Amino acid sequence: MPSVTVNNLAKQYGKKKDTVQALKGVSFEVEKGELFGIIGPDGAGKTSLFRILTTLLIPEGGSASVDGFDVVKDFKAIRQRVGYMPGRFSLYQDLTIEENLEFFATIFNTTIEANYDLIKDIYSQIEPFKDRRAGKLSGGMKQKLALSCALIHKPSVLFLDEPTTGVDAVSRKEFWEMLRNLKRQGITILVSTPYMDEASLCDRVALIQGGEILSVNTPEGVIASFQHPLLAVKDSNMLRLLNDLKNFEGALDAYPFGEYHHVVLKDGYGDASVTNYLQQHNYHQPYVQTIRADIEDCFIALMKSENH
Amino acid sequence: MNTNNTAIEAHDLTKRFGHFTAVDAISFEVKKGEIFGFLGANGAGKTTAMRMLCGLSIPTSGKATVAGFDVYKQTEHIKRSIGYMSQKFSLYEDLTVKENIRFYAGIYGKSDAFIKQKTAFLLKELHLEEEANKLVKSLPLGWKQKLAFSVAIFHEPEIVFLDEPTGGVDPVTRREFWNMIYQAAESGITVFVTTHYMDEAEYCNRVSIMVDGRIDALDTPTQLKKTFEAKSMDEVFLKLARKAKRSGD
Repeated sequence: MPSVTVNNLAKQYGKKKDTVQALKGVSFEVEKGELFGIIGPDGAGKTSLFRILTTLLIPEGGSASVDGFDVVKDFKAIRQRVGYMPGRFSLYQDLTIEENLEFFATIFNTTIEANYDLIKDIYSQIEPFKDRRAGKLSGGMKQKLALSCALIHKPSVLFLDEPTTGVDAVSRKEFWEMLRNLKRQGITILVSTPYMDEASLCDRVALIQGGEILSVNTPEGVIASFQHPLLAVKDSNMLRLLNDLKNFEGALDAYPFGEYHHVVLKDGYGDASVTNYLQQHNYHQPYVQTIRADIEDCFIALMKSENH
Repeated sequence: MNTNNTAIEAHDLTKRFGHFTAVDAISFEVKKGEIFGFLGANGAGKTTAMRMLCGLSIPTSGKATVAGFDVYKQTEHIKRSIGYMSQKFSLYEDLTVKENIRFYAGIYGKSDAFIKQKTAFLLKELHLEEEANKLVKSLPLGWKQKLAFSVAIFHEPEIVFLDEPTGGVDPVTRREFWNMIYQAAESGITVFVTTHYMDEAEYCNRVSIMVDGRIDALDTPTQLKKTFEAKSMDEVFLKLARKAKRSGD
């Protein structure tokens, strides 16, 4: 039995005239013990999806279950077994680190000691400050406390809504290391993020945009499904280069990508044809290299194909 | 009016809160029309430094001028010469697109004729003519961020400060946003930008990286990668930020 099943799930907000379709019939499954990423920008529907799965919102259409329990009918059973870390810090600012943790343990009829093993790696990093109020903690410490509180009742499924948004690259790496360790303990983890580069750290990902799922696959599978030749191109005048690449007859798309521009080519075109074209336009030694697509290339391609 | 070629100049700029030195004697220059990336881990001191440069916080010691104005004595002049936009706060959700433009331009003392003419041009440029009288909250995030940037430079400031302007924005809109930054820089506006996306650091002319209140590196992305023997800016950032002793913000 899958850990999470989502079937044609729909959610809308607002009244008749002014409705926003947050989720437009979303379907996927998450296996037990999987680290599953929901990857998409703000407004894609990630939070609505998580709030439905944690029984905090009722869907307008479709169905979903967690550990075999229906998110509407069996909400009480689900609340017992899931851990949820919302995107916004929602612990008690006026309670200390230890008081917050104890509060959550008590609510679930357990104690810090009973499940200490599960949170040890994370909690031990903030335990020296256990008498400090949560409101006085740094961003990184708040995040560790929130994760500890979401874990203290030993949930079978953990929902993390954008835990790394606004967090710097070093702290992001550390957070993902914590998740890999939790996964080893058998917990199913659903994590949402707007950062495309975090997709490669998941077992499988759902790419989501505008309330619709663009693709569900392993990170390698997403990349393998990129269908066109892709090049990285660089020259001294990047602005002019981008315009010229966009005008190349063999180019489907061209966009900046860090240090390079990426060019998606029509079939039958390759790096030689682009080098040739650029030399005809007075580029002396442009850097042109065929590369493998990145998740972000795939996301861009999927977004653009949805819009046409 | 600032006539030399420097938009921002900081010399040993320092800010202490009690015993804590948030910004520790930073020195740098930003040239006019430059896109300057201001990177650092959470808690490195970026926000404090930016607040001083925007005239919102008086330094403890050191010197700095922004658009030729002194950060101690001429903060009101600084505020009039800059634009500011952040991911967290940009526009008033309960005002329409047009009302937001009118409001910001009014604050900066622009004439009705200027506002009228430029609003029409801007709405056309952004393809927002049909949305002009809609509430900002009804716009998709990507549109909002593009509109917020346009509003931040509507009064034609010398320098625009962008604090994580593209957080959470989809990859296509993120690139359109950077295209707007390039156009602003071409028109002579100096861009001072913070970001957590390391690929965006590559789009800057020069990048500084703050660690524990100091600027530990400042150069072009290409030179930084050479200096730190790194393949990407991500690697440069990790090498520097891992040395940090301070934690979080």
